[in-house]
Amino acid sequence: MLLNQFLGLAAILFCIGVYGVLTRRNGVMVLMSIELILNAVNINLVAFGAYQGDVGGQVFALFVIAVAAAEVGVGLAIVLLIYRNRRSIDVSEADLLQG
Amino acid sequence: MLALLAQTQVQIPEIVWSVLWPIVLLSIGGVLLITATSISPRLRVGSFPAAMTIVLAGASLVTLPLIWSKVRDGGGQLPVIADAIRIDAFTLLVTGIMCASLIVVSLLLDDYLRTEGLDGPEWYVLLLMSATGGILMAAANDLIVTFLGLEILSIAVYVLAALHLRRTKSQEAGFKYFILGALSSAIFLYGIAMIYGATGSLRLTDIAQFIASGNSAGLSPLTESSLLLAGMAMLLIGFGFKISAAPFHLWTPDVYEGAPTPVVAFMASAVKAAGMAGLLRVFIVAFGVVAEDWRPVVGAMAILSVVIGAASALGQDNVKRMLAYSSIVHAGFMLVGLYAAASGAAQTGTRSVVFYLFAYAVMSLGTFAAFTLIGGRGDQNHSLSAYVGLSRSNPMVASLLAVLLLAQAGMPFTIGFWAKARVIIAAANGENYVVAAVAMVAAVVAAFVYLRLIVTMFMISEPDEAGEAEASGAQLRISRSGLFALGIAAAATMIWGLFPGFGGDWFGEATRALLELR
Repeated sequence: MLLNQFLGLAAILFCIGVYGVLTRRNGVMVLMSIELILNAVNINLVAFGAYQGDVGGQVFALFVIAVAAAEVGVGLAIVLLIYRNRRSIDVSEADLLQG
Repeated sequence: MLALLAQTQVQIPEIVWSVLWPIVLLSIGGVLLITATSISPRLRVGSFPAAMTIVLAGASLVTLPLIWSKVRDGGGQLPVIADAIRIDAFTLLVTGIMCASLIVVSLLLDDYLRTEGLDGPEWYVLLLMSATGGILMAAANDLIVTFLGLEILSIAVYVLAALHLRRTKSQEAGFKYFILGALSSAIFLYGIAMIYGATGSLRLTDIAQFIASGNSAGLSPLTESSLLLAGMAMLLIGFGFKISAAPFHLWTPDVYEGAPTPVVAFMASAVKAAGMAGLLRVFIVAFGVVAEDWRPVVGAMAILSVVIGAASALGQDNVKRMLAYSSIVHAGFMLVGLYAAASGAAQTGTRSVVFYLFAYAVMSLGTFAAFTLIGGRGDQNHSLSAYVGLSRSNPMVASLLAVLLLAQAGMPFTIGFWAKARVIIAAANGENYVVAAVAMVAAVVAAFVYLRLIVTMFMISEPDEAGEAEASGAQLRISRSGLFALGIAAAATMIWGLFPGFGGDWFGEATRALLELR
């Protein structure tokens, strides 16, 4: 396959992810959008690693998977904490801090 | 068979444990702390977690001179773990900032948790982990380590910001910080992937060599600089978010207002220092050769930060928000130094940023220590009106806070003056007169903000208002540990203000370490 097919797929995933973070109002959907971006990065890393004949990219992808799991764990915990206090995980309702 | 196995050598990278003491102490110490307090609930209450954190950070500080003597014997650079980590003067300086910040924040947090009725060694464990991440970020010679350091640093702080369980504002701050932080680290990561694709390496020194050897050598058809440029831009977004430089600063005032004040002290000092250290490491070591490419972006970020930060700070009535905007101005000043370093004044520019890092950590720790004390029970006494008549009800806190605010304003004979002066001198050396002039004007505008707060504290108010202020001031319970923390920061501000070369030429050594790597 051509390298730019991988890069194109990753770029599309990245854009969908950023769009999701910016427009989704549900906290969990925002977390999923961030996961999409991280997976776009993984595709890039593995594709570049295979192209360069270097194992570094794939190793990095494994690190990214681990870190993404940790990050989403913390994110869900914070979402849960907010849900307990307000019975809502709507991002746009988080408006106590302004000015 | 067993005999054969017993004779077979396995090649592993050499690890010089003796220079990794701070990282080992802080991370293993954190794990031990959470284990010990889980096994024995008696340790959870009282000051044990704070004391242990202070001891760990103090022990790490003590190891620094020993490590430095080893590093100096090794020629100023010690590659550790297959060169993924570099221990040099710069790493050690940032380690020192992290440990000092840990000590001050633990002193504050001990009393804060007791007043708020919150318990838990979790706060201290997260602080220790976060500081470890910051040290890794400063030490990294590999983009994997930079990223891991960034995440260890950030994830712990996301939790810390949201950890005040009864304050909805704290959770909201944590949530906002988390979403924007996760987005920015994802973009940062995408940038790393781009750079890996362009240069075929994740090692900072290898990237620098690859770029220096010239894309024309035909090493890879992918080295069209567009991939590299996109990667650098994305890395700048990630770092810009961490150091809260405009236009990636929008989270700062909200998070600073909502998060528990001792945590804000940590975010302003340690997190910002670590972010800036990572930025310096990556951009000076790996991309120093193509400084011409990223210089304009850094210059624009610097100007935007100082202007937006200073202008927005003017209209604030909440002191935490005010100082959040002022922290954006300070980030802008550091970027002015980096801009100077990229435009010819490599030595003076880098040195000015390194010094500014240290100076800002000291000043912000002290300022937020004072805010913690004045914030009182519930952590909500942060409007400007709470400061009226403070000089009479609490003269000690008011005068120490005044010293720190004057330092932030850049008053001569304080550390803040030397920090600002060095950045401006570096910018003039690099012939960036426009940027220097804009930064100067913004500094004057920002000085007005600090003076406004000082005047409020020392203001003689209307009789009825004064009575009210006295009453609220009388309730202010100042803890001894908090006052001690504030005193340390104010003393450091004055010591390095009067003798900017106090304690040897660390800043010069750190600069040399960064520039030699190129």
